Amino acid sequence: MATSHQASGIQAARLDAAGIAENFSDLHPAYDAHEAAVAADRCYFCYDAPCMTACPTSIDIPQFIREIQAGHAESAARTILEQNILGGMCARVCPTETLCEEACVRETAEGKPVEIGRLQRYATDTLMEKGEHPFTRAASTGKKAAVVGAGPAGLAAAHRLAMLGHDVVIYDAKSKAGGLNEFGIAAYKSTNNFAAREVEWLLQIGGITMDYGKKLGAELSLDALTAEYDAVFLSIGLAGVNALRAPGEDKDGVRDAVEFIADVRQAEDLTMLPVGRNVVVIGGGMTAVDAAVQSKLLGAENVTIAYRRSRDDMGASRFEQDLAASKGVKLMFNVMPKAVHGNGAAAEIELEYTAVADGKVSGTGETVRLAADQVFKAIGQTLEGQPDALKLEGRKIKVSETGRTSLAGVWAGGDCASGGEDLTVTAVAEGRDAAMDIHSSLMG
Amino acid sequence: MADLTTEFLGIKSPNPFWLASAPPTDKEYNVRRAFEAGWGGVVWKTLGSEGPPVVNVNGPRYGAIWGADRRLLGLNNIELITDRPLQTNLEEITRVKKDYPDRAVIVSIMVPCEEQAWKDILPQVEATGADGIELNFGCPHGMAERGMGSAVGQVPEYIQMVTEWCKKYYSKPVIVKLTPNITDIRHPARAANAGNADAVSLINTINSITSVDLDSMAPEPTIGGKGTHGGYCGPAVKPIALNMVAEIARDPQTHGLPISAIGGVTTWRDAAEFMAMGAGNVQVCTAAMTYGFNVVKEMISGLSNWMDEKGYTSTQDFIGMAVPNVTDWQYLDLNYVTKAKINQDDCIKCGRCFAACEDTSHQAIAMSEDRVFTVKDDECVACNLCVNVCPVEGCITMEEVAAGQIDERTGEVVSGDYANWTTHPNNPAATAAE
Repeated sequence: MATSHQASGIQAARLDAAGIAENFSDLHPAYDAHEAAVAADRCYFCYDAPCMTACPTSIDIPQFIREIQAGHAESAARTILEQNILGGMCARVCPTETLCEEACVRETAEGKPVEIGRLQRYATDTLMEKGEHPFTRAASTGKKAAVVGAGPAGLAAAHRLAMLGHDVVIYDAKSKAGGLNEFGIAAYKSTNNFAAREVEWLLQIGGITMDYGKKLGAELSLDALTAEYDAVFLSIGLAGVNALRAPGEDKDGVRDAVEFIADVRQAEDLTMLPVGRNVVVIGGGMTAVDAAVQSKLLGAENVTIAYRRSRDDMGASRFEQDLAASKGVKLMFNVMPKAVHGNGAAAEIELEYTAVADGKVSGTGETVRLAADQVFKAIGQTLEGQPDALKLEGRKIKVSETGRTSLAGVWAGGDCASGGEDLTVTAVAEGRDAAMDIHSSLMG
Repeated sequence: MADLTTEFLGIKSPNPFWLASAPPTDKEYNVRRAFEAGWGGVVWKTLGSEGPPVVNVNGPRYGAIWGADRRLLGLNNIELITDRPLQTNLEEITRVKKDYPDRAVIVSIMVPCEEQAWKDILPQVEATGADGIELNFGCPHGMAERGMGSAVGQVPEYIQMVTEWCKKYYSKPVIVKLTPNITDIRHPARAANAGNADAVSLINTINSITSVDLDSMAPEPTIGGKGTHGGYCGPAVKPIALNMVAEIARDPQTHGLPISAIGGVTTWRDAAEFMAMGAGNVQVCTAAMTYGFNVVKEMISGLSNWMDEKGYTSTQDFIGMAVPNVTDWQYLDLNYVTKAKINQDDCIKCGRCFAACEDTSHQAIAMSEDRVFTVKDDECVACNLCVNVCPVEGCITMEEVAAGQIDERTGEVVSGDYANWTTHPNNPAATAAE
């Protein structure tokens, strides 16, 4: 029996299995062949296409769409995957509305871009459903590379290195590959266990060994890795989570949004995943939206995103904001957490209204209290556990354009490294480019 | 609403939209429904001689090509003339004409190239009360191999001979339907004229193979692993038909010969264009076969609306108006100079004009770092390719360089005077002006 929306506290089974299945279905359902043909036909095959320039991995978008339009989605997939080996996941999770589709000339012309993301998914799904891997390994170079972190950057780097003939070992602290693709993205963007299937498909290239349960700073040390391998690529992500720095943060029911999202992604049965009746998410990025929307989809009665700046400053795109609103999430702007109240467990959150002057946020003194039996912190992740020998830039590992760190023989990419946005697609580009640089450095 | 009543060869119909001789007009059932939908007339599907009817293939008889969203652009067929008994058709024609006296009913005929065959069938057709006949000299498949259809239409002497027989044994209007599968449409039209045809209708379908099945390695439509050429029609053939209609309309020997135009008429605009090009009415088939009889309703409302806007009160008002403006290349004004102009407010920065001009034309469009596209007047030859490839209608226009202005490409002042190739100094055959 499902518990009702109104059940107080953090409860499982707010919805029955049918309700959960409906709520967690594919956000953008896959195209069938005719829909794909019609969507592909809208592409103008622009000269020096703006969409391609906007793509962090520089996929030749007009080319792959033309291949779909001409009826060979497999070639289209190859065009995509040559640039972005995780093109299947990126098709699902890229904020296309701020990347390729924002740049699409049809967005300019009529406010309706070519649906590049869905077309990319059609192409990559078509190829992957055939179980084919379109790339083969070059002859062995005899060189060995270690990749630390099996997220998008690490997988992209490993695949490219393996393809070029190097032997690669990927280490990961968890027991499963995928990084944020597996643990950190809303479930409705990666249905049917896609992240794991994509990793399995990627590994078909051969030459990549997975080694789980190995964490840098614990089972692994950078010195040992550099001694053993010809090259090391670090893609350790951002393991730390920023604190609220408000009284009551330690009460039961207050937790990190990334943990909750990982629980949703790894749950065997979502009806059994507990969620609060009144959920408040602190933050304004994609993680905040993913946590808030999924709380709502699990059956929370009231879900609020509380962000300390204005709507325009929000890290989550307008599409994501609208998605949240359409699911019934309330968006509050210019409020910051002042305290979490409750007797042992959170019951209310006190928010203070803010004003922004010269880019600095300060409280106005006016406060508001919301019922909150569950509070998610989504105010950013931080680099944690990086080797001391590496120079930082800001709060990230300092790298060159091609991912070189301050230490010879060590490259880094993805969210842990400086430069670029913290997006799957950016991580893939960084992993790929570092691999190319490693290759030229090893083969010099 | 403008009155669309059209008189063609003295045959009145409430509008100029007739269904062409084809599957839609094969039987009473369809024709009655077509008239109920609003069609002005029909050309009944071609009758053959008395006796056992022809047989059709039992596999697919149509092939097609498509545009975006599977919009049908071209259709081809290997269907033959009616495969129903002559008497059945004649009885149905009689009943239909009696019930729809205000609609045009024309009977298409194809019998062997022997006088007796025509002498036998024509009195029977006359007895139906139908308004006229159309001689099917165009069908390019199946019947041509038996010495009929386009086998006749490709030999002007036969056209004249058969037309003369028809005029001898039939008292009402005789329309000769022409095949486009020839090198110069004017010759068969002249032959029909010489045989005293009341009108010509064109075009019949074009020899074609629509596609090849790359698995079975056979042309489509495929019948038991084999295929054959069929007749091509639909929107894709309109430009070919329009030219052939124009050729006949402006040929001094056939100018004024009534024309019933056929070839890809899909909307009112296609019909208006054919009529402006000299056709007294139009015949439609593929549009009806693609969308059903109701397409005529848009043709009726569209043509009326346009006529109202233009102040035309009768279709007669605009028939043939474009004919005087069709000329030969050598008479085009070489002193008429235009330049492409890109309207920056409308431009969506796709760069297709740039790619087309840079790669395949005259390198006359510049592209800036921030994707602003501008025409280089000193390179632009006004070819119009940029206009044609631009996805935004009206974004690129061709602007005339007025007399007295300098054409930056040639550095010469544009003269306001008309001058053509016949007098151009580069023409070895030029006749000196002085």
